[in-house]
Amino acid sequence: MTSHSLFSVRGLACARGDRTLFAGLSLQLDAGEAIHVRGPNGLGKTTLLRALCGLSRPLRGDVRWRGERTSDLAEEFAAEVAYVGHLNGVQGELTAAENLERAIRVFARGPDAALGVAAALDRVGLARLAGKPARHLSQGQKRRLALARLLVLRRPLWILDEPFTALDVAAVASLSSLIGEHMAGGGLALIVSHQAFELPGIRDFDLAQFCKVRS
Amino acid sequence: MKGGLLSAMAAVFTRELLVFWRRSTEVMTALVFFVIVTTLFPLAVGPERHELMLMAPGVLWVAALLATTLSLNHLFASDYQDGSLEQLLVSPYPLSALVFAKIAAHWVLTGLPLALLSPLLAVQMALPTKAIGTLVGSLLLGTPILSLIGAVPAALTLGVRGGGVLVSLLVLPLYTPVLIFGAEAVAASAGQGFASVAHLSLLGAFLAVVVSFAPWASSAALRVSLD
Amino acid sequence: MGEFGGFAGVSRLIKFIHKYGAPKRFYRLAGRLVPWFAGVTALLFVVGLYLGLYWAPPDYQQGDAYRIMFVHVPNAWMSMMAYVIMASFAATGYIWNVRLADMLAKATAPLGASFTLTALVTGSLWGKPMWGTWWVWDARLTSELILFFLYVGYMALQASIDDPRRAAHASAILAIVGVVNIPIIHYSVYWWHTLHQPASLTLTSQPKIYITMLIPLIVMSFAFMFFYFTMLLVRVRSEILVREQRTDWVRKLVGSKQ
Repeated sequence: MTSHSLFSVRGLACARGDRTLFAGLSLQLDAGEAIHVRGPNGLGKTTLLRALCGLSRPLRGDVRWRGERTSDLAEEFAAEVAYVGHLNGVQGELTAAENLERAIRVFARGPDAALGVAAALDRVGLARLAGKPARHLSQGQKRRLALARLLVLRRPLWILDEPFTALDVAAVASLSSLIGEHMAGGGLALIVSHQAFELPGIRDFDLAQFCKVRS
Repeated sequence: MKGGLLSAMAAVFTRELLVFWRRSTEVMTALVFFVIVTTLFPLAVGPERHELMLMAPGVLWVAALLATTLSLNHLFASDYQDGSLEQLLVSPYPLSALVFAKIAAHWVLTGLPLALLSPLLAVQMALPTKAIGTLVGSLLLGTPILSLIGAVPAALTLGVRGGGVLVSLLVLPLYTPVLIFGAEAVAASAGQGFASVAHLSLLGAFLAVVVSFAPWASSAALRVSLD
Repeated sequence: MGEFGGFAGVSRLIKFIHKYGAPKRFYRLAGRLVPWFAGVTALLFVVGLYLGLYWAPPDYQQGDAYRIMFVHVPNAWMSMMAYVIMASFAATGYIWNVRLADMLAKATAPLGASFTLTALVTGSLWGKPMWGTWWVWDARLTSELILFFLYVGYMALQASIDDPRRAAHASAILAIVGVVNIPIIHYSVYWWHTLHQPASLTLTSQPKIYITMLIPLIVMSFAFMFFYFTMLLVRVRSEILVREQRTDWVRKLVGSKQ
């Protein structure tokens, strides 16, 4: 049985419109493991991540967290996942610090935030810009702010969609070491990225094997 | 956990107020629209006070309806664009509760100022003084319904071409009961019909139905739109 | 969705729908049913029109003008029934992810809208001899008009979303909200009408309907109902072809006809 894994997916099928993107997808992830989902554009990597974190409804399949279906867990499961998508989810009218404070209040259950706002901003190199409205930040800085959300919420499962977009070389290295620390602390991560990055122990996962050949 | 949910709802609510405070032009647009539309009617039908008085309940209510419809577009649109709506969908709290907080903030920013501004326009429209209380009351009861029902089409049309016009097409037919009960209540206390209390109670009953139904429907709509 | 699948009976029903509601199977079934439904429709129309136009006696007040009722009233009934049917299909499609139900809902919308439009036009034609004007803010006509707007909104939303699944589910939510609202809208319109025209002749309160008028009315209602089912099957067949165009069976079917 696969339900022994912390996070297990069996027979997952997703569609965009009337077209099935992939079917019969299975994967397992345990504490301290990470997966790098690979494949060319248009295969449905983003759709896969969105289906796994509950944003979109799969056609079929079984996604389990600690052996229970995530659709039954609903909000209980949401409390275990941190999702960073293509969009940063950063509100332009609020300052960098306010964005994180809000994330803690709306998304954290209870007062167990892993890192304080100031520490998190410092870690992603935005300490100087804490009081600046987010709409004045550059693309890369907004991305770093979105990633700082991972630090203020203590979530075991990270689902990251192209997290390295718009980041400079130093920030890419810093993010990979961040993910490394997360794994070392028993965290799980699912990453979609076209960009090469150094991360010891990460498994490659080829999505193309579950996609039917299209004529 | 309950304290957590309430604190999350409060956070969504206050954040919404803060965002719109910093982007106040959008709120002002709906209010100014309300004022201008009402001002157009005397210009179109003439300044004869009796005629204006007969039309006043209907004109004020239709203008309030249109102003609210206009403001529906910024209920979810900017959150949709910057991705914070998507984040809201993966929050560990029931989405309908958080959506309810957002709608409440929308009402505080549009319906409430509209109701408070209406006495001025009532004077302009020659509405008898005794009916002004009912006007404000009916707007205070009716505009939350407008925000609640309007959230559903606003959520359904996210990212859809021609979304802005489409929202009004979808929402205005659903608004008819509010318009009828609201305008009749005002007309009644202006001396053109039965007791206004009956209409106000009907508005209240409708509000009760909508409060229990609309947050659920609009969170379902958001899940569909962001699927 | 887990919370709905929990009931054993419902989930068995859903399995049944998924099995027999496969678009391919339904396409064939509908193809076989269409001629029968069309035949029954034609027969009912012939009988109904004969009864309505020749057999039923003229009204002592309205003369022959009342005969438009045999078209107006069935259309008004069907317009409301079609909305409820549409919302039920749409809800089934949304909650249990049944694509056939999505297609049936989408195919119903233009039919319901045309019933509504016919009810409005015939109501206005009937209004001319009765009230001396083409349009009166009669309670039923007014709520038919609002119903028409609801249909238009449904179709506009459906048409402006490209992804067929999202289009179906978004308009399903709209239809469900509409169904909850329709009783309230009707009630408010009738309430509004009684406030403003306390004692006038309306289309809704016929003074007395004779059995000789009732029989053609019932036959005509069934005629329109079967017309609806016939057209629904025809429309859903073409909708199935459009949405299944990438599958092998549709390609084979289209290829064999060329």
